[in-house]
Amino acid sequence: MKLGVLCSGGKDSWFACHLAIQQEEVACLISIRSRNEESYMFHIPNIHLVPLQAEAAGLPLVTVETEGIEEAELDDLSRAIRLAVEEYGIEGVVTGALLSVYQASRVQRICRNLDLWCFNPLWYTDPEVYMGKLISSGFRAIITGVFAAPFSADWLGREIDKEALHDLQQYVRSHRITLTGEGGEYETLVVDAPLFKKKIVIEESEKEYANFRGFFRVRRAVLEAK
Amino acid sequence: MILIVDLSWKARSLSRDEFVGPVARIVSGAGQEWREVHFSALSSEDIQSASGIILCGTALKDNFFAEKAEEFAWLRDVRVPVLGICAGMQALCLVHGGFLRLACEIGMTTVRVTQPDPLLGDPPSFEAYELHSFACDPPPGWVVSAASDRCVQAVHHPDRPLYGVMFHPEVRNDQVVERFCALCRE
Repeated sequence: MKLGVLCSGGKDSWFACHLAIQQEEVACLISIRSRNEESYMFHIPNIHLVPLQAEAAGLPLVTVETEGIEEAELDDLSRAIRLAVEEYGIEGVVTGALLSVYQASRVQRICRNLDLWCFNPLWYTDPEVYMGKLISSGFRAIITGVFAAPFSADWLGREIDKEALHDLQQYVRSHRITLTGEGGEYETLVVDAPLFKKKIVIEESEKEYANFRGFFRVRRAVLEAK
Repeated sequence: MILIVDLSWKARSLSRDEFVGPVARIVSGAGQEWREVHFSALSSEDIQSASGIILCGTALKDNFFAEKAEEFAWLRDVRVPVLGICAGMQALCLVHGGFLRLACEIGMTTVRVTQPDPLLGDPPSFEAYELHSFACDPPPGWVVSAASDRCVQAVHHPDRPLYGVMFHPEVRNDQVVERFCALCRE
């Protein structure tokens, strides 16, 4: 079955892609670039790097821009998926949805309207198991946004390795964050993955941080041999 | 040991982690041992060795199980408790003389409890996650214990421990699966 993977550039969409590629044919990635930082559906930090990730993975990319207005952006998502059907003949869509009924229901409705399959392989997954697998299977994801206490500026650009996971586990206990960042506590960018033929190297970046809220903006990045 | 049955269109499909994994996680959390099998590979030994059986849901577009309804004929004679979730409830209904009709629900819906049901508990209504293209017209004599505005949401056999829910309890209603596990221990 040919599938299109909804890709924000973060760990969840790339891990979902990693799972999908082991079962079916991933024909393309689908990315929505929202101009609204408060987008309900599509997170924004470093979405401009998805084309570089697609190149690293050797996968075609369908991109559509949206103003990020709550319900109108669903029309844009539907348009992007229709484009993927026309250009790559996809029969289904894969998402990295973990717990969000809001996101998952909307994608399910779009898929139903377009007569497509919809897969959410991380749906209600065990967060500890998932985060462990993410690291052990060779994913390198960095934190590109923090939006909750007690995240300090030091987290911006930090890789989610075993030590970082240990710290996140402590925050789950001390500050009741979700381990996966599903509650919007942090955002990630994948710079290397098992399905990447090349890795992403960040050459220039800047941090912006105040009051437990910060961004790690990648200004220049290149692909390098692994 | 609870037997968790995957009703997806093929074994080890991309749907497995979405519809079987979350149910297995709740069963584990309830302290129950479990084993998983695809419906096409189910043996009489599997059924006989189980203390309870859960039939899981499928992707919205996956109604292959309904074309293979005769593969669920064992449900007519099964002695242990069975919980059918969404596609699982549809399979239960089909083999006992019920019917399916088109009725799609996606997302959170209010489910009203209309009859006492050991799996649903006390509240007169609760919010539940729906993901189905078809609804059930239950088999003759079965008890309808809950409904939404669109369709029947929970049924059970009048005499045997066979239960069906159209909503997905693995999303925000773990207690339904936990109560089923407790019932299997009795």
